[in-house]
Amino acid sequence: MSTTVDEMSRRTGAMSSAELSGERESRATVGDVTVANPRMVCRDVDVWYGAKQAIKGVSLDIGKNEVVSMIGPSGCGKSTFLRCLNRMNDTIDGCRVTGSIQLDGQDIYDKGLDPVPLRAQVGMVFQKPNPFPKSIYENVAYGARIHGLTNNKAELDELVSASLQKAGLWNEVKDRLDQPGTGLSGGQQQRLCIARTIAVSPEVILMDEPCSALDPIATAIIEELIDELRANYSIAIVTHSMQQAARVSQRTAYFHLGDLIEVGETNQIFTNPKHRLTEDYITGRFG
Amino acid sequence: MNNARAAGAPPQRTIDIVNASLKRRYAKERRFRLLGLGAVVLGLLFVALLFADIVGKGYTAFQQTYIQLPVTFDASVIDPEGALDPETLRRANYAALIRKAQREVFPEVTARRDTRALGSMISVGASSHLRDMVLADPDLIGTTKEVWLLADDDIDMLVKGHIDRTLPESERRVKDQTLGWVERLESEGRIEKRFNTIFFTHGTSREPELAGIAGALMGSFYTLALTLLFSFPIGVGAALYLEEFAPKNRWTDLIEVNINNLAAVPSIVFGLLGLAVFIGIFGVPRSTPLIAALVLSLMTLPTIIIASRAALKSVPPSIREAALGVGASPLQTQLHHVLPLAMPGMLTGTIIGMAQALGETAPLLMIGMIAFIVDIPSGFTSPSTVLPVQIFLWADSPERAFVERTSAAIMVLLAFLILMNLTAVLLRRRFERRW
Ligand SMILES: Nc1ncnc2c1ncn2[C@@H]1O[C@H](COP(=O)(O)OP(=O)(O)OP(=O)(O)O)[C@@H](O)[C@H]1O
Ligand SMILES: [Mg+2]
Repeated sequence: MSTTVDEMSRRTGAMSSAELSGERESRATVGDVTVANPRMVCRDVDVWYGAKQAIKGVSLDIGKNEVVSMIGPSGCGKSTFLRCLNRMNDTIDGCRVTGSIQLDGQDIYDKGLDPVPLRAQVGMVFQKPNPFPKSIYENVAYGARIHGLTNNKAELDELVSASLQKAGLWNEVKDRLDQPGTGLSGGQQQRLCIARTIAVSPEVILMDEPCSALDPIATAIIEELIDELRANYSIAIVTHSMQQAARVSQRTAYFHLGDLIEVGETNQIFTNPKHRLTEDYITGRFG
Repeated sequence: MNNARAAGAPPQRTIDIVNASLKRRYAKERRFRLLGLGAVVLGLLFVALLFADIVGKGYTAFQQTYIQLPVTFDASVIDPEGALDPETLRRANYAALIRKAQREVFPEVTARRDTRALGSMISVGASSHLRDMVLADPDLIGTTKEVWLLADDDIDMLVKGHIDRTLPESERRVKDQTLGWVERLESEGRIEKRFNTIFFTHGTSREPELAGIAGALMGSFYTLALTLLFSFPIGVGAALYLEEFAPKNRWTDLIEVNINNLAAVPSIVFGLLGLAVFIGIFGVPRSTPLIAALVLSLMTLPTIIIASRAALKSVPPSIREAALGVGASPLQTQLHHVLPLAMPGMLTGTIIGMAQALGETAPLLMIGMIAFIVDIPSGFTSPSTVLPVQIFLWADSPERAFVERTSAAIMVLLAFLILMNLTAVLLRRRFERRW
């Protein structure tokens, strides 16, 4: 996998000339990684899959009431970094995370910290839709059920329908809530997973390409939802659509082969990138 | 192909290249299919042969020969005092009634040796049948009634045609004299073959006509129930822990290797272990379903653990991530999502293990299940035997009548195995889910 990425970058004209001529550009992050009002603070995060380093010394803040978008070529470590933020990488054998990641000043990799409440607080929409092989209703209700968020069936019904509505799926599934979530189409599954995540009202939401299988209308609904959620929560979203990043996010982070190359106001990144790699990427010369 | 193109050879369309090799590919496929079909047919042939042999030998055991005699329930023999005391009724000499009834049918037989031969035509169990009749209905005393009495196994074999009537007397188990009596009874309609209920309601016996599989069947039932109770929770729990919770290090590797080894250990070793540890150290009573279940649980555990781990491995990790992602604890993730998906595989493994346990003989010989036990076991700690051991014991008996009973018992065992495997298939269907 890594070789393909390397090869790819070598083949790309702009990169290879720079690297071959020895003027290797600095991989230190350009731009200010900090925010005035941080929710999550990541410092010098390294992630290893066995002997392979997937994230190299990344520092980044995620502020209150803001949407941070993460962009970058495929395989550059966006998902890996996102999964560090709610310790989802714990489930992968051989995955090692160093550095510090704090949520509201508390180190989430602290030995004594319980990842279960952390994940209720930092919710995640995965890159591949992964509904439970249970009913649509059960999919959305599950989180609320295990955390005891509702007191009775009526409240739970209400929560399920509200979550599905927010995810723009309600009209398509309201007549078949008892059918398996795995029987939905790819895009419907993606929205089901979004509904499942927002049903537990996490305060930080990590979204890994939440609209990759959605049509423009459904995408607009999700983007509206993100905008709405921002009023109370913090959101980190990985996307391959630069238009989407420009539409929904306040800040943008550009990743490249495990390095965080540049961070800045979304406007600035797309109109006036400071690093050449960022510029290559957003102008379409790479990726 | 690419090279040829690059070298500027006449352009060849991909479809032509594909077509050229198509014939060879299909021929290969046909050969493979024929090979597979051949293997399946061969396998089925052997199974059919096995079944035909067993059924051919055993189906007659489901019938039993009875002889009709006019029995007079003589009050002077059964109840001389006329008090109808159950104890007296129970102790009365019913064999005498049978002898008397036979004398009536064969008045010409008087010599002592001949009357004894005549008496041996009727099973020794017949008198207890008469006793039960009287105990159930004391009004019978003093009356005469035609009663169908259980025939001795030699007569049974003769009537069923397992003893060749044309052989010279010296080579035949049934003598000419008896043969004559049987033929006379047959012509009078006093011999009949009926469904053999004794086979299903009695424990074993030295007399083939009184031997049944009820004892062994109940023993097997109690043993299997306990084995399931022990091995399923432990096996699934161990698999769950090893697969999902245990740290992956040298110790767990060592445990994995050992579990795989245990699955290949000859079953008799488990019997020796049971004898040394459970009986020797813990003093578990021998010859009981309890000790059998302990030993068989040890034997089936590796099978269940290996199958369960494979089932857990096949659950896609994305399901675990989904559950953990909404904040489920690891145990909740397992119980709510992983376990239901792994259940079909676990159940299949368990039922295979149970089927193995049902058919196991060797380790049970070590722990006293081979004892001759007539009573039908009434619980987990009452002495008993199990079906395969019963088959082993009967197959060892010299009487011709035990041959058909052996085959019949095998048929019952096979029926249960098929039933269990059918359950496995149905359970799989029931629990199977798409994802
Ligand atoms: N479970 C894993 N085991 C080993 N290596 C992994 C694993 N997951 C990811 N990687 C490697 O880590 C690097 C970053 O992967 P990651 O999934 O974070 O990329 P990404 O930026 O999300 O890509 P995409 O846009 O295609 O989703 C890749 O080189 C990948 O091969
Ligand atoms: Mg990704």
